[in-house]
Amino acid sequence: MSAPTGTLDRRVAVKALLADRGELLVISGLGSSSYDLFDAGEHPGNFYLWGAMGGAAMVGLGLALAQPKRPVLVITGDGEQLMGIGSLLTIATKQPGNLSIAVLDNGHFGETGMQLSHSGLGAKLEVIADGAGIRNVSDIADMAGIERFRASLQDLGGGPRLARIRIASGEVERALPPRDGTYLKNRFRGHLGLAVK
Amino acid sequence: MDQIAVHQDSATSTDWPVAIYRTLKSFGVAQVSYVPDAGHSKLIKLSHADADIKTTVLTTEEEGVALSAGAWLGGDRAVLLMQSSGVGNCVNMLSLMASCRFPLLTLVTMRGEWAEFNPWQIPMGRATPQAFEIMGTTVLRLENPDDAEEVISAAASLAYDGDQQVAVLISQRMIGRKKWTRETH
Repeated sequence: MSAPTGTLDRRVAVKALLADRGELLVISGLGSSSYDLFDAGEHPGNFYLWGAMGGAAMVGLGLALAQPKRPVLVITGDGEQLMGIGSLLTIATKQPGNLSIAVLDNGHFGETGMQLSHSGLGAKLEVIADGAGIRNVSDIADMAGIERFRASLQDLGGGPRLARIRIASGEVERALPPRDGTYLKNRFRGHLGLAVK
Repeated sequence: MDQIAVHQDSATSTDWPVAIYRTLKSFGVAQVSYVPDAGHSKLIKLSHADADIKTTVLTTEEEGVALSAGAWLGGDRAVLLMQSSGVGNCVNMLSLMASCRFPLLTLVTMRGEWAEFNPWQIPMGRATPQAFEIMGTTVLRLENPDDAEEVISAAASLAYDGDQQVAVLISQRMIGRKKWTRETH
């Protein structure tokens, strides 16, 4: 088995996903996905995870259930999603129409020395998501696919969605979002008009 | 026969799952997630039957920790139900709650501490309070069915108003012996 041969630039892909984001709320998984989201533009409706590996999709589910009238996007990597692979089954039981998951798949654990991930060794995340019962699954390898996925994010009735996005595995410069979790939490809740203590 | 009687007595002496449910409702809990346990079965049924509570079954307990964080971000109060065997699964995910001071309320039915017939349940049951405490989670005990409302209410205030992570350990004695223990002798 060889690593997936993605060619998409992760920064370009994420920036394109967030164009005209409107009411979109975004959770990013630890590592490069959080850097990508930050690089695309700071926003109080962004919540960057710096830990909690395997938890990004479930944070997205809790948020999507609490805010059914807002579109919610989880941006994470193949390694992060693989650690929480069971969460795809859990999300499918709730069928949240407003929840989408973008898995930036380079087939590697990029933060830790570029070891091949299970995805790089042959696992197909989009097939696993389909088997779990995620309603809308896609495998994206070009910017036209990114654009179609972006447009679908605003449809509150079409989820849950999971897109496996084939990105290139090259290194990109780090872009570091704020690391104070309490600040990020309060900023996010303030953005939604919720009480901040 | 005696053991069956014990189980029925403890299940009916007071309707503590209903008391817990009412207390959670009074705190406006809007999301419940769980890995099932027989001791939580009544509360799980009540939760599923309540249209105002979004109830989610999990594949593993740490999913419910992350779900509780997302719920809070979106303005929902959440509760996580599990048995003591699942507490170890949550350890790293509790970092999320501590780092962001997210409220966490989890209700844990205990195994491995009272008339436990399965030795495999004992190590995690014994380690349950410490597994929470090493991550900074406050541990409260519910030992008596009549205290259910008071203890859950105190835990909920500490979590939702005090931004703390709180686990209520529900004594195995309250849940009673497994009915089928006698048949396996």
